[in-house]
Amino acid sequence: MRTRFDFDLITSWIPEGARVLDLGCGDGELLAELVAQRRVRGYGVEIDPDRVLAATARGVNVIQMDLESGLEMFEEDAFDFVVLSQTLQAMRRSDQILAEMLRVGREGIVTFPNFGYWRHRVAIALGRMPVSKSLPYQWYDTPNIHLCTVKDFEELCRTVGAEILDERVLHGGKVVSALPNLLGSLGVFRFRRRD
Amino acid sequence: MAEPETIAVPPGSVGEVAPQRAGFLEPLILKAGRTLAAYELVYETYGTLNAERSNAVLVCHALSGHHHVAGWHADSPKKAGWWDNMVGPGKAIDTDRFFVIGVNNLGGCHGSTGPASVDRATGQPYGAGFPVVTVEDWVASQARLMDRLGIERLAVAMGGSLGGMQAMQWTLDYPERIAHALVIAAAPKLSTQNIAFNDVARQAIVTDPDFHGGNFYALKTFPARGLKLARMLGHITYLSEDLLGEKFGREIRGADYGFHYEVEFEIESYLRYQGDKFAQVFDANTYLIMTKALDYFDPARETGGDLAKALAPASAGFLVVSFSSDWRFPPERSREIVKALVKGGKRVTYAEIDAPHGHDAFLLDDAHYHRVVAAYMDNVAREVGAGERRGPLIVGGTELEEMKGYAGKGAPA
Repeated sequence: MRTRFDFDLITSWIPEGARVLDLGCGDGELLAELVAQRRVRGYGVEIDPDRVLAATARGVNVIQMDLESGLEMFEEDAFDFVVLSQTLQAMRRSDQILAEMLRVGREGIVTFPNFGYWRHRVAIALGRMPVSKSLPYQWYDTPNIHLCTVKDFEELCRTVGAEILDERVLHGGKVVSALPNLLGSLGVFRFRRRD
Repeated sequence: MAEPETIAVPPGSVGEVAPQRAGFLEPLILKAGRTLAAYELVYETYGTLNAERSNAVLVCHALSGHHHVAGWHADSPKKAGWWDNMVGPGKAIDTDRFFVIGVNNLGGCHGSTGPASVDRATGQPYGAGFPVVTVEDWVASQARLMDRLGIERLAVAMGGSLGGMQAMQWTLDYPERIAHALVIAAAPKLSTQNIAFNDVARQAIVTDPDFHGGNFYALKTFPARGLKLARMLGHITYLSEDLLGEKFGREIRGADYGFHYEVEFEIESYLRYQGDKFAQVFDANTYLIMTKALDYFDPARETGGDLAKALAPASAGFLVVSFSSDWRFPPERSREIVKALVKGGKRVTYAEIDAPHGHDAFLLDDAHYHRVVAAYMDNVAREVGAGERRGPLIVGGTELEEMKGYAGKGAPA
């Protein structure tokens, strides 16, 4: 029972037995799947107590911790993959967490709601903040404080010294190949530290 | 209709229990270099050991704890074990599925061989002659008790505070004999401040004129004043500043300041009550031993301070739990343990419980805390073939024991 479209793609990128750190792991669904399908050795990080409980119940390694205070808990290059799935947009300093991901992992995977999706653009053009399946909040109660477009994220990768290895934009569970920044609602990036 | 003779067992309780004793004649070589030629351990068990002997849970006690973890004794049916809210049928440590063992540690004062026991060599109580024992020594003696009970491998060793340190030590000294460790409100070693508090407590005891160098048993006296002071000091460190403030504030007896040195502020009354109560039931030499065991615990001492290296032998899964308001062993100390475990690629889950009570929170029935322990234990149960939970989780029953007995003016509810 998969509830998130980006999980399939992430799972396809991660090889058997990899060391994985899942930042903002929620109830541990992705990590549990990676353990089951790829036999990864991994840890999830989560701040919300109820999600920590849910992840504990799933039997994955979950560490209750605030990502905003950095990844001091983890050593340099401790992981093959560091995943940040639909969490980047809710962080105070999205650039700093990206830099930390590059420090502790060989590769990073980030997924985020694409603010450039055409419905969002139309909403703005009509004078309203967008509310959609990928951004299901009102402007006043949203946890998403740093929304960006696919192009914005490409730019951020350059700024923090990340080399993009793969980028896909999804909509409704399918990869959008034409005009992705306009027609796709979910950005999925794979990158590594540029040497 | 005649009243039934037995006391009704409330839901979640293991009911009436009785302690058991195990004698050991094989000498135990202690870390201090001395040897205990023979000793006894007093223990209790709850639940049933399964046919595979895979469902054993060892509960290690902290500074003032003992073997009486859950249920009640026939002679004191109103006094539940110290972790009764955690251990019982349907509770987080579910005795419908797990076989739980509580043991009084060596050097203790609740039945196991300790400073008040008679030394066979002299025919006198050990007193000051009882050797300083360490967490490693306790774990070694507990392993022998497991041998005696026919338990090759523990599903879990667990404990809070000093008890958590023993659970951690189990994973290092007997990695093949333990599947999981629950390390709650603990630390990888004491801080300078922790040791400082312990030393003031010890000084209160050893400078009491009734201490007599620890050999007070034959003199029919007891350093009650020193032990009381030690407990008062310790007690302050077990509770959070906010909780103390909330419970007692600056409440005074009488309408206005009395300008004297008798009990006046409610907190004074409370602490003295706790100190007196403790001094009536605890042994001063045991207090020295327990605090020293805390001070000496430092698995990374032999690896140049590298905790990850010290934890390298461990193959167990870990559940580490800390409490937000614990300033004796604050969450940062638990994070040190987690960080070292992650560095070594060990299996670890870490929960930081938002609780206002301070260090003693590990003894309380915070629902979220118990749910986390229960969720972890449910997975352990599946892993060791102990099955699924039979009903909803039962949380609690007991309140903060220390607060409960206080009967002074303005007593907490």
